[in-house]
Parts: sequence; C-alpha cells; structure tokens
Amino acid sequence: MADLDLSPLLQRLEGYRPLGRTALLPALHDAQNIYGYIPQPAAEAIGRALNVPLADVYGVIEFYSLFYSQPIGKTVIHVCNDPACALAGSETLFKQIRFQQEMVSPNGPPSSLTIEMAPCLGLCEHAPAILVQGQPVARANRQSWQDLVSGKGERPSSVLGGTVSILTANCGLGHTVELSEYLDLGGYQALRKALNTPSRHIIEEIKAAGLVGRGGAAFPTGVKWESAANAPGDIKYVVCNADEAEPGTFKDRVLMEDDPHSILEGIIIAGYAVGAKKGYIYIRGEYLLPYEAMKKAVEDAREAGFLGNNILDSDFTFDIEIRRGAGAYICGEETALFESIEGKRGFPRLKPPFPTTHGLFGKPTVINNVETLANVPVIIRKGAAHYRKLGTPKSPGSKLFCLSGDVVRPGLYEVPFGVPFHHLLYDLAGGVRPGHHFQAALFGGAAGAFATQDHLNVRLTFEDLKEAGLPLGSGVITVFDETRDLRDICLRLARFFAEESCGKCYPCQMGTQRQLEVMERIARGDVRQEDWQRLQDVGWTMTDSSLCGLGQTAASAILSAMKHFPHLFQPA
Amino acid sequence: MGEPISITIDQQTVQAAAGSTILEAARQAGIHIPTICYHDYCTANGLCRICVVDVEGSRTLQPACVVQVQDGMVIHTRTERVIRSRRTILEMLASSVNLSEAPEIQDLFNQYHSDASRFPDAEPRHPAVIDDNPMYIRDYAKCILCWRCVQVCAEDAQFTFAINFSGRGYETQISTFYEIPMPESTCVFCGQCVGVCPTGALKPKRQWLLEMGYTPDEIMSLTRSQRQRRKRREEISQNPA
Repeated sequence: MADLDLSPLLQRLEGYRPLGRTALLPALHDAQNIYGYIPQPAAEAIGRALNVPLADVYGVIEFYSLFYSQPIGKTVIHVCNDPACALAGSETLFKQIRFQQEMVSPNGPPSSLTIEMAPCLGLCEHAPAILVQGQPVARANRQSWQDLVSGKGERPSSVLGGTVSILTANCGLGHTVELSEYLDLGGYQALRKALNTPSRHIIEEIKAAGLVGRGGAAFPTGVKWESAANAPGDIKYVVCNADEAEPGTFKDRVLMEDDPHSILEGIIIAGYAVGAKKGYIYIRGEYLLPYEAMKKAVEDAREAGFLGNNILDSDFTFDIEIRRGAGAYICGEETALFESIEGKRGFPRLKPPFPTTHGLFGKPTVINNVETLANVPVIIRKGAAHYRKLGTPKSPGSKLFCLSGDVVRPGLYEVPFGVPFHHLLYDLAGGVRPGHHFQAALFGGAAGAFATQDHLNVRLTFEDLKEAGLPLGSGVITVFDETRDLRDICLRLARFFAEESCGKCYPCQMGTQRQLEVMERIARGDVRQEDWQRLQDVGWTMTDSSLCGLGQTAASAILSAMKHFPHLFQPA
Repeated sequence: MGEPISITIDQQTVQAAAGSTILEAARQAGIHIPTICYHDYCTANGLCRICVVDVEGSRTLQPACVVQVQDGMVIHTRTERVIRSRRTILEMLASSVNLSEAPEIQDLFNQYHSDASRFPDAEPRHPAVIDDNPMYIRDYAKCILCWRCVQVCAEDAQFTFAINFSGRGYETQISTFYEIPMPESTCVFCGQCVGVCPTGALKPKRQWLLEMGYTPDEIMSLTRSQRQRRKRREEISQNPA
C-alpha cells in the first residue's frame, strides 16, 4: 500500500473536482484502470476530491459488480452464465478455463487471471460468449486457451435478418458507420428538418406515429416527451438508456456498434423537442465496444457541428455526455439509472414523482431506450403517416427481435409488427436446430414469460401478445428444444435475479433469494409438496409488493412456467 | 397540509388532509396498518412493504407510509393479496434474520399466522458480532436493513456519514468505509443509530456485556484498557512533546 503512486489518479481527479459527486463512477473507473482494482487510498482520494463521504464511496464500489475493492488478476475473464450461453455449454467452458488456469500454474505463483461467471453479456447470438478484459469473444468453446487469454479469440460480427431494414438499414456492414458514411446515407437530414420545425410539431409527429418505448415498458414516447416539455423549469435532460442487460437482449449493442449516429440523431431531436440542453447516454459497463463507438460518434458529431452551440446555425444548443455503468442490471430501471449518473448506489426511487417532472438531478427528464431513439429520425424524415404503413394500428412500425437459443440462425431480426411468431422462427431464423423440435420460448427475457406450442401462431404485436399473456418486453425470444430442462432455465433466471436485486425493498431483497433456494432444490429433482405454494407466495409477494419493476417481474417467468408446465414443480 | 379530502378505507368514509399519507389518514381514523421500517422521525423509503394496501385502480399494492391520499381514493387494508404479502414478508424475514429482540415483529407474526419455518432451505444472514469500540456493538445477524441507522448518521440527523452499505441484494450489510473499525471512521459516537435500531442489532456495549452475564465491576475492568488508551491518545494530542 505504502508504494501506491496516487499521482496519475490525482491528475485525473483535478478534472472531475468541479463536477462533484456525479463524477464518482467515472473516477472509480479511472482508478480501476490505473491500479487494476480500487485500493483504499485511491477511494479516499476520490471521496475527498469529489466531496463524497467515504462510507458512501465504499457503498458505491460495493454495489457495482465490475468494481473491485480487493486486488484481482491482471486479466479478467467473464463467462456468460445465462440461458442462451448455458444452452451452448457455458458451464463446461467455465470449468475448462478454470482447469486450464490450474494446469498453467500448478504450484507456482497463481497465474494473474480472474475468471468469473457473469450475467448475460448481450452476445447471445454468439453463444457461448465471454469477455476478456472487456473485449467480447464469440463461440469461445471452439477456441484454444492460448487464443482466449491472449485476446486472439473470434470477434463477434453482427448477424442480421428479417424482412425490412429500417432501424437496421446501416447495420451489418461489417464496420461501424462513421460520420461521413452516415451523411452519405442521408444521416442528420431528420435533424436538419426538425430544427426547421416548431418543437411542438415534432412531439405531435412522434405521437401521431404511435411510437411506444422499446425498452420493455411500452410507454407512449410522444406522451412522455410532451409531459417533460410541459414540466416547469429551464433545465431539462434527455437520457438514452443503453444499459441493455435483460438476458437475451442484444439489439441496442448492435445498433450502437454499427450505427451510432442514428441514435445520436434521435437524442438530439428529443433534446430539441423537449427543450433540453444536455443529454446523457448511459451504457452498461460490460459494453466496451459500443461505448467506444458511441464515444467516437459524439466526438465526430461535435466536431462537425451536430452537437454544441447553435447546431446547424439554429438557436438550439445541445451536448451529450456518455456514462458507463459498472455491472448492475437494476440500473436499466430509469430512476436507478439517474441515481447511478448522480454517483450513488443504483437504488430505484419511489414513483411518483415521475422522471418527466423529477428525473435526473431532480429536473424534468425524458429517458428513452436506444431502439426507441433510433426510431425518431425515421419518423421525422418520412413522416408519421409513412411510418404507420408498417405494422398494425396499435403497434405501428418495425421491431427488432433478438433470437437466440436452439435456433438454426440466432441473430437480430427486424420485422414489421404483426408477423406471426412461427414466421419469424421457422421462415426467417431457420427453425429449431436440426433433429429437434420446439418445446418453449422465453419472451421478454428473465423478466418475461414462457411461450408454448400453442403460441406459435401468435402475431408479434403489443396487443396480440398481451392477450396471449406474453410480454413483448425488449424483443427477446430465447428458444428451447425438447431436450432442454426448463427447471434448469428457471434456476438460472432465479439466480440472475438474486444476483441483481439491489436489496432496497424487502419483497425482492429476500424473495429473490428464497426463490433461488427453492429452485436450486427443485432443479436437483428434489421437489416437495409445499414448494408449489412457497413459490406462489414468494412470487406473488414480489409481483404485488416490490418497489420497482425488477422485483415486480422477478417471478414472472417462473410463475408462467408453473402455469404451462405444472408437473415440473410437483413431486413425481 | 391542504384542504381536507374524502377517501374510503375499509368501507369507512374518512376525511384526510390533502398531502397526508395513507398511513397518516388511517391512523387518524383509528385504522391500524402495520409498519416495520417506518419511523416518525426518519425519511420514509417504503422499504419493508409491510404497510402495503390495496388501492382500487392500482396495478400493484401501495406502501401506505409514502403514498399520498387522493380525493375519492378507495383503499382496502386487509384483502387476501395484502395478507399474503404481509405474511410472506414476515416469513422471509424470520428465515433471514435473528428476530429474538424484535418483539413488535414477533407480535405481527401471531397476527398474520406466519410460519417462521416456512423456508427450510433458507440460508440466514449470520455475520459475526462487530465489537470494535467502547460504546456500542453491531450484531448484523439481527439487522433487518430498515436503513434508520444510515439515515440518522446522514441527513436525517447527525450529518456524520460514518456508515453506508456493503454488498447488494440479499448480501447487503451496513458498513463503514472499507469495513474499518468504527473509531477510525467519522463516527462521533452520538448514539442516535443505537436509539433508532428496532431489533437490537445495535446495542450499548454495557448492556451487551450485562446481558452476557458480566457484573458491572467486570465490565469496568474489561473496558479499562480501552478507556486508558483513549486517555493517553488525548494527552499526546494535547501535548505532542
């Protein structure tokens, strides 16, 4: 400890000092980059520079799973442990990497490697996926140990499909579409058009298009914007929620990596519409490549005058700051995300008040998902009427679906709302893997529900899925063939929520743990008579009484499995 | 508090001041809603959810301690959903925490016919007692994470900021900076955290030692070295030479 050189950190802290507590996560990221973990004297220096109580600094370090208060290996490997990667053998992969590590250093000094199981890394179409020092590796089970640890593993490239390409028009080209190319493809024309239109008309256009949020809650975007625009106050914010962490979801990652400017354009238009001068993009800590792509895009856009003062010679001034999360699914919950930007533990807030009046820093805030914002330039460029030509009256436009699991061609599919599930699964994605047939699919991720054979004809719209008791959520569909043990899948989902519960309210803090403990025994085949009522009571208590959406959906998939496959939860 | 408004609680029409919470309105009407984490002089955070009630038109149950009454609100405090949540939360608490010194929570157990051994697989939280200062001990096996100690240490009273959290989810625990001993933290030993603790997780050291069977004389000699060390420290700081 005595020889810890604080000078590189102190240098960084000079820049953060005026920002105060909101710079806490960036400062902790820096400390960890410099020292490999966050030593106590570094945390102390950060607390003093940003005027944050030291106990709070520690509380924040402890909340986020990518921050380490103790020394770890020089190389960190995260192995995804959630359904899609588990189906592809992630558990074996984890054991193999561990075994290899022990072989490399049987008695000598431990190899400087930390290997951890991780929640869904958003690389489900490349399962089993791992991160090596934050860099993604696809199909890690087919690669040699040397390649993996030396960072020579296969880089994932976007796998796109579907029948339309509107949101994904610039995706899957094999590279990130940078500013000049984006402009050639008609980029920033929507912004130019928007800046010549009264902001009220922009909101009317979004409302007329019938755009609803793509993050899972399906709230009407135009209504949200209008509410923030009408809220009293001069300081307002737009936040892009890029904390994509719902197991099975990877659409926002592909959009950010392949076409970052389309998202920026959406954010800038949103800022203009609601009267904000500042926007934030909050990207989950595991998404290093999307972070780098968005960072470059923001810099290029600023350079070219699409951000900053008097954008495109208008009166509109707007800039964007990018924030990285640090390993916490809960920060995808909008108010927890605000807390995180403010430099706190990601505890969700009580609602009301709602973000449109009391959001980031207590100011009126519009917070939208990445895919939602990617729809904005499309709507503005061609108009609401044109946008509504696709989809159904209640679910207009196109939707991105993240297909993974036991399908022939896992990937990101863009289809108009209203196509039947079987069309997506069999005609577009090639069906269930050869020699097998469909058993179930998980719609909406860990917070979702299981679909069965009976649901194959369901049309993929908000209204049809609601009627069928399935959530559209963020567009996740994880497919399981007849060989898969759904108890094991339920166990993984239970473990995911127990790991990711923030611990604020009692039902979720203890309910996710009790649910996990019961599922662990059930997955071993030891099912007891009383388990049914135990899971129902814990599940409904979380659903009815939890403080936020995480707890309210933490039993959703298991309760749906109990409904469709009751025998799995009853003694033989 | 604004103009009185009219609401219905359990079929009873109740007048309540606009801006008051459901809990306050119910109390005034003599209707009992149980609470655990709530404290009259701490910021209410809606953590324990024992006070949840059924509000017509709401998708989920609503925490009475923080939700404000609205004109015409129809509230049911003892529906089957409400009872199920309260009973299950109590059962989960009993399987997580040592509630032996929480008589109010034990009373609730009887009222809601909770079964303390409902979860045979449950792994309780049982960290070791922290005895790191002469004033109070911290027995977090008894901690129900009501947050009161963290709040009175911060903006609710003392502005000392000695404690926050470690871990998250089920593994959450109250902690100092890097778990340093309390005397090395910013703690001023005001004792307010001990005063608001509802479960005996924080306890005056003297009481703790008495409960363990030590006599007052033994306690004096046990803590003497600590007191002398402190005295010496004070002398040195006053007289560095």
